[in-house]
Amino acid sequence: MSGAVRVAVLDYGAANMVSITKALAAVGADVAVVSEPAGLAGIDAVVVPGVGAAGSAMSHLQERGLLDPLRDWVRSGKPCLGICLGYQVLFESSAEGDVATLGVLSGRTEQLADAPTLPHIGWNSVNVVRSHALFDGIPDGEYFYFVHSYAPVPTDERIVLAHTTHGRPFVSAVASGRTFGLQFHPEKSSEAGLRLLSNFVGLVATASGEERD
Amino acid sequence: MLARRVIPCLDVDKGRVVKGTKFLNLTDEGDPAELAERYAREGADEIVFLDITAAHERRGTMLEVVRRAASCAFVPLTVGGGVRSVEEMRDVLRSGADKVSFNTAAVATPELLTACAERFGSQAVVCAIDARRLPVRDGEAQRWEVVTHGGRRATDLDAVAWSQRVVELGAGELLVTSMDRDGTRSGFDTELLAAIATRVRVPVIASGGAAGPDDFVAAVRDGKADAVLAASIFHRRTHSIASVKTAMAAAGLPVRPIEESLS
Repeated sequence: MSGAVRVAVLDYGAANMVSITKALAAVGADVAVVSEPAGLAGIDAVVVPGVGAAGSAMSHLQERGLLDPLRDWVRSGKPCLGICLGYQVLFESSAEGDVATLGVLSGRTEQLADAPTLPHIGWNSVNVVRSHALFDGIPDGEYFYFVHSYAPVPTDERIVLAHTTHGRPFVSAVASGRTFGLQFHPEKSSEAGLRLLSNFVGLVATASGEERD
Repeated sequence: MLARRVIPCLDVDKGRVVKGTKFLNLTDEGDPAELAERYAREGADEIVFLDITAAHERRGTMLEVVRRAASCAFVPLTVGGGVRSVEEMRDVLRSGADKVSFNTAAVATPELLTACAERFGSQAVVCAIDARRLPVRDGEAQRWEVVTHGGRRATDLDAVAWSQRVVELGAGELLVTSMDRDGTRSGFDTELLAAIATRVRVPVIASGGAAGPDDFVAAVRDGKADAVLAASIFHRRTHSIASVKTAMAAAGLPVRPIEESLS
């Protein structure tokens, strides 16, 4: 492969862009902050970060004209990583404000059931249920940083990569082809998080290599 | 299982880390971004910056501190002090912080918590509560009053009632500091912590009075805190984050182990 993997981090509002862009750069990606569809030209992978409410995220994506391009991007099988709220909006709808979301993965985002504390804030263990290159070199049960009150409930069990328990178990990571979703924040999860982002960038490099062949 | 967090706190004055006793007698203890990076490496679960710069001297220095810290310390960052509007909170988050902590501003304009929670989510809104013990009258339970302006100003607010109210308003986490214990190294006020933690559903961060690892254990076990914050014992290397976590793990509390490098 020649050159670094070009990753677009979607900027659609008030999210903390510094940590995710610096973390991706730290694992060797060539990072662009993209806030309009034209910015996706020449990009290998899209990262949808996010924190906040699903409804406001959807309207910010809409305002910037990113909604359809993002949906098309994922549907065409190009690499995409959704983080936290960016993971939740990949599904069909969210109970938070009862809004329709992107719908590129089937299922609905629900509030965490029986959680002893809400929001679920802090480091919790991620139990991998399906071996995947995204978790290469990361021990099962590794701690990652979470900060959320909702999590997606995928319709298709086969996309589930990992569970985390806060009250009841919820799906903390998914992979469907080249679409990935993480409920935790790798960019806030120290060494383990950087390792996961490095794995993601590696997967993208393999994918773009295959496409060039 | 959700780990109990160990959080070093950096009091920042005009871009430098300082520490005093009961908010007085400040001494310079280093560069905030450098210290944040060091703590992240040493196993800090999160880092809190409290901007104690006087309002008239504040000129975006804190935003630069946060930007530098977020570029090298890949752990959650909270900024407290001086944020008084939704716009100021947005700037702090965009600089790389994950949460903003409100203290005096929350007492002065409680609806600010709601506005910020609606815009950024309650997980990003921390309410700092500085509390001081009130004299106990015959036959009555211990009560605490909320103080502001770094402990210089009393309010009529009962700390427990106030904590419940700010959660209703939108705070997603409470940073509870005992003004009786802050800087004294005589242990956390576990009674205060438990009084609040058993009445709210959001996580409570214990602050004020840490002297050693046993105090962290007590804050979680007796004070029911989800996280424990300390400043000077870490800055002065009296105790390491590792030694605190070792003590917590030995007491049966879930902690995130200090990582060996995975890469």
